[in-house]
Amino acid sequence: METAMTTTSAHNWDHNVVLSVEHLTMRFGGLVAVNDLSFNVGRGDITALIGPNGAGKTTVFNCVTGFYKPTEGRIAMRHGAGLQADRIEALTRTGRQFDDDGDNRVFLLERMPDFEISKRAKVARTFQNIRLFGGMTALENLLVAQHNPLMIASSMTIGGILNLPGYRKARAEAIDFAAYWLEKTGLIDRADDPAADLPYGAQRRLEIARAMCIRPHLLCLDEPAAGLNPRESTELNELLQYIRRDHDTSILLIEHDMGVVMEISDHVVVLDYGQKIADGSAEDVKNDPKVISAYLGVDEDEVAAVEESIDMPVIHHAKKPSENGEGGQP
Amino acid sequence: MEYFLQQLINGLTLGSIYGLIAIGYTMVYGIIGMINFAHGDIFMVGSFIALATFLALVAIGISALPLILFITLLVSMLFTSAWGWTVERLAYRPLRGSFRLAPLITAIGMSIVLQNFVQITQGARVKPLPPQIQGGVTLIEGVTENGTIAVQLSYMQMIIIATTLALMIGFSLLISKTSLGRSQRACEQDQKMAALLGVNVDRTISLTFVMGAALAAVAGFMFLLLYGVIDFYIGFLAGVKAFTAAVLGGIGSLPGAMLGGLLIGLIEVFWSGYFSVEYKDVAAFSILVIVLIFMPSGLLGKPEVEKV
Amino acid sequence: MTTAPSTARMADSVKDAAIAALLVAVLGFFFLALRTDIGTGGLDLTTRWGLWFIAIAITFGVRLALNLFVFKAARPVTRGIKVTAPAGLTSFVGRFLGPFLLILALCLPFLLMALFPNRDRQFIDLAILIMTYVMLGWGLNIVVGLAGLLDLGYVAFYAVGAYSFALLAQYFEIGFWTAVPLAGLLAALWGIILGYPVLRLRGDYLAIVTLAFGEIIRVVLLNWYDFTGGPDGISGIPKPSFFGLDFSRTGGFAEFFGLDYDSIHRFIYLYYIILVLALITNFVTLRLRKLPIGRAWEALREDEIACRSLGINTTNTKLTAFSIGAMFAGFAGSFFATRQGFISPESFTFLESAIILAIVVLGGLGSQVGVVIASVVMIGGIEVLRNLGFLKEIFGPDFEPTQYRMLIFGLAMVLIMVWKPRGIISSRNPSAVYKERKKISSDMVAQGEGH
Repeated sequence: METAMTTTSAHNWDHNVVLSVEHLTMRFGGLVAVNDLSFNVGRGDITALIGPNGAGKTTVFNCVTGFYKPTEGRIAMRHGAGLQADRIEALTRTGRQFDDDGDNRVFLLERMPDFEISKRAKVARTFQNIRLFGGMTALENLLVAQHNPLMIASSMTIGGILNLPGYRKARAEAIDFAAYWLEKTGLIDRADDPAADLPYGAQRRLEIARAMCIRPHLLCLDEPAAGLNPRESTELNELLQYIRRDHDTSILLIEHDMGVVMEISDHVVVLDYGQKIADGSAEDVKNDPKVISAYLGVDEDEVAAVEESIDMPVIHHAKKPSENGEGGQP
Repeated sequence: MEYFLQQLINGLTLGSIYGLIAIGYTMVYGIIGMINFAHGDIFMVGSFIALATFLALVAIGISALPLILFITLLVSMLFTSAWGWTVERLAYRPLRGSFRLAPLITAIGMSIVLQNFVQITQGARVKPLPPQIQGGVTLIEGVTENGTIAVQLSYMQMIIIATTLALMIGFSLLISKTSLGRSQRACEQDQKMAALLGVNVDRTISLTFVMGAALAAVAGFMFLLLYGVIDFYIGFLAGVKAFTAAVLGGIGSLPGAMLGGLLIGLIEVFWSGYFSVEYKDVAAFSILVIVLIFMPSGLLGKPEVEKV
Repeated sequence: MTTAPSTARMADSVKDAAIAALLVAVLGFFFLALRTDIGTGGLDLTTRWGLWFIAIAITFGVRLALNLFVFKAARPVTRGIKVTAPAGLTSFVGRFLGPFLLILALCLPFLLMALFPNRDRQFIDLAILIMTYVMLGWGLNIVVGLAGLLDLGYVAFYAVGAYSFALLAQYFEIGFWTAVPLAGLLAALWGIILGYPVLRLRGDYLAIVTLAFGEIIRVVLLNWYDFTGGPDGISGIPKPSFFGLDFSRTGGFAEFFGLDYDSIHRFIYLYYIILVLALITNFVTLRLRKLPIGRAWEALREDEIACRSLGINTTNTKLTAFSIGAMFAGFAGSFFATRQGFISPESFTFLESAIILAIVVLGGLGSQVGVVIASVVMIGGIEVLRNLGFLKEIFGPDFEPTQYRMLIFGLAMVLIMVWKPRGIISSRNPSAVYKERKKISSDMVAQGEGH
């Protein structure tokens, strides 16, 4: 991946933005989980959100996907190209949730209920602790994800009860689309098995396939590689690259596995204690002393000494999964 | 004002009874997360046992009323506990770890069984017991245009409120200080982990049912003394209201159950006193619906954060 | 276990049986041995030692016999008794049971007339009753079985349907066939009104709130004397007509078709009405299950949060399930009103809700055939107990078998649930198939929120 540019202003995520998080703050009672966080997700990029446990990554995800209402801040989603700063400013002043202009829509996610974010803004997500419909087959899981278009095709159920040809066609297409993603995730042979029956790695892939069935502009993955073996991890990398390349879908992911992060990310945002401590290309970030200190749990000026003493740089070896990230919090 | 105070006293008395039943619901819900639908009928069984004991004691010639009351209370607590234990053993324990709806259905089944068992063995007609404890103290005497109104606190009401308070304090201590209480709280948090750490989960749950049944028996006895009429069907409505009280107070919380019970009692009495007797149940249920919509975790319950 | 000496087992079995007998002695003391009755000077306490001893002895004997011959262990295992039918049989039954039951249902009145010429009226009436519960069970199955919303106040919508028809007939002289859709719509409307504020509640809270609604509606019906007649109810509800023909002695159905007048015609007609209504319910439910809305219901039962992340408006989805379920209860309610000709709040107690819910859960959540089996077993079973007159000859003239109906009903509920916690039919049919239709074991299927 040759995304590293010579100057910072030339980064894709600075001018071709799909999602911008601006001054996001989330408080739970007295606890500040996310504090004045701003970052961009570039269109077509794979953006990784990393940080030690408890840094607030999942909270950011829940704000973006509408499961939490942020205390403060703006989360803007764009379907069209460019920054579109003026339109977003104008939309913010109106109090509306989104500005509909053909294919070039902009959305203020912090104003939208969770299901609308998925339905209209086309932001899909997966969950840290897989949330599949366990008693339904893999195929059914993917059909549920196509609920909204199918509802329209079934003329809000009436046409479906009468089994009108229009609905029959839409249904067949939906099954084909689901089969396409089952094929891509290597699950086509398990299409008629209940999701709860699949092995762990397959469940993770099925959840991604299901998210892709809403035809998202942005796919948010919460620790997609957690619990995968090395081979599955490699397959996941390929799948994500494929999604980004062939489906015009930008990816935002939370990941602990530094191997995955460093290998596939174009852009890495590092959080610690709810605040952004680094933001840049994978190359930039992994050499940032602030990041290393956050992961090692020591002060910045001690980093060099500690690294020397343990002789095991945490994220310098990009291919090596890091266990130290887990225990990084002081 | 006098009328208001009188209603307040009446409401607190009724509320104490609801509160005692509600504790049983809340403890069971807290520990195994199920609505023990048969609990209202355990209360009914308790009142029947109390009635029979009372009559038996009178029949064998004991004349000292306090002694009779005391023995009746103990006997009904003891025997009702056996019923509570049996219901758990037969209908709930085999379904431990099963699906959520299964124990709910067996609970409804047990409720039907208990009602009909008592109806068959004791007859369907109501059992009236003449008031046993009479008299009271006049707190305030007021004069209105219609004559004098006195605010009365009867001995009966005093006994009910005092017993409830004593039991409430006793149980709070039991839960917070003893090892049984600790096991109970451990099972509430995580049954598997508690079992791994050597807590006898089955025994703890059984004891929870026994304790709930004992309190329901007290409530049943007091209901008998206060109203003087019982039948095999009193458990349903009292049970539903007590459950309402438990939910209102925040299910899983002992003080919440007591508070909820008092509130339901007060709402019912005030509604009857100022609006209409016929719609008192509607008032209690409407409050429940409103509280749940705006405060889903009840008054003293822990707010539940949706885990994503 | 097998090598254990039989004397030890015997001793353990006796000990266990003795404990059981002791428990019965304790539990039964105040109910079997003592009895309070209203006497001349207040309450009398009578003793029935004989009954008590018999109960203890029976318990000891039965428990001992069970320990020795059935459980074959010192301690009976209440869990883990599994009866597995061979796979071939299950799939055979699965494929043909539905059509077989349908054909049976279609011919039933004539079968009954041929087989029991003297008691046909009674049996057809029972079939009507069972079919009513089948329809109610199917309606509730949408709410509880598919959408996973625990509704303990379903009878409220049944009452709304019944009272809608009764009141429309009373005030506007509307006939049955006009009233049925109106009653269904009104019940659905009530479903939306009651459902909207409460459907965001978690499982058990939803259960208790629906129970409260059921009671509120009953209490209002009971006390709004001017409008509903209060406890007196509403009588003189019109009977349904057959394309304008009444089932009267003269000038009605029999005369038009040149038949001899027989009151059984009306029973048969009523039977077919409820059969058609029930089949419509079944057809719509089966169709809905395969449509996006039905799949969304099931997804909601599985995981609500995942549904929201996929763009499903969960509030609306729950509301549709709730109101469609309510609508079918409304249809059934208006049928109930026309069949009885008289309704009062008595018929719409919590017990009815409990019975309908029990039918759905015992049958197996989400299973349509399960509902039929459970209705036949439970409702039919209750009625069979009415007809056990011969028991009087065994237990003496004071013995009243009907008294024991609900007791046995309750026991059956407990026993069936302990035996099969997921209901009689406990597998799920996928709503869409890619290659091969596989049944999904119910162990994987969730039962709704808060489990």
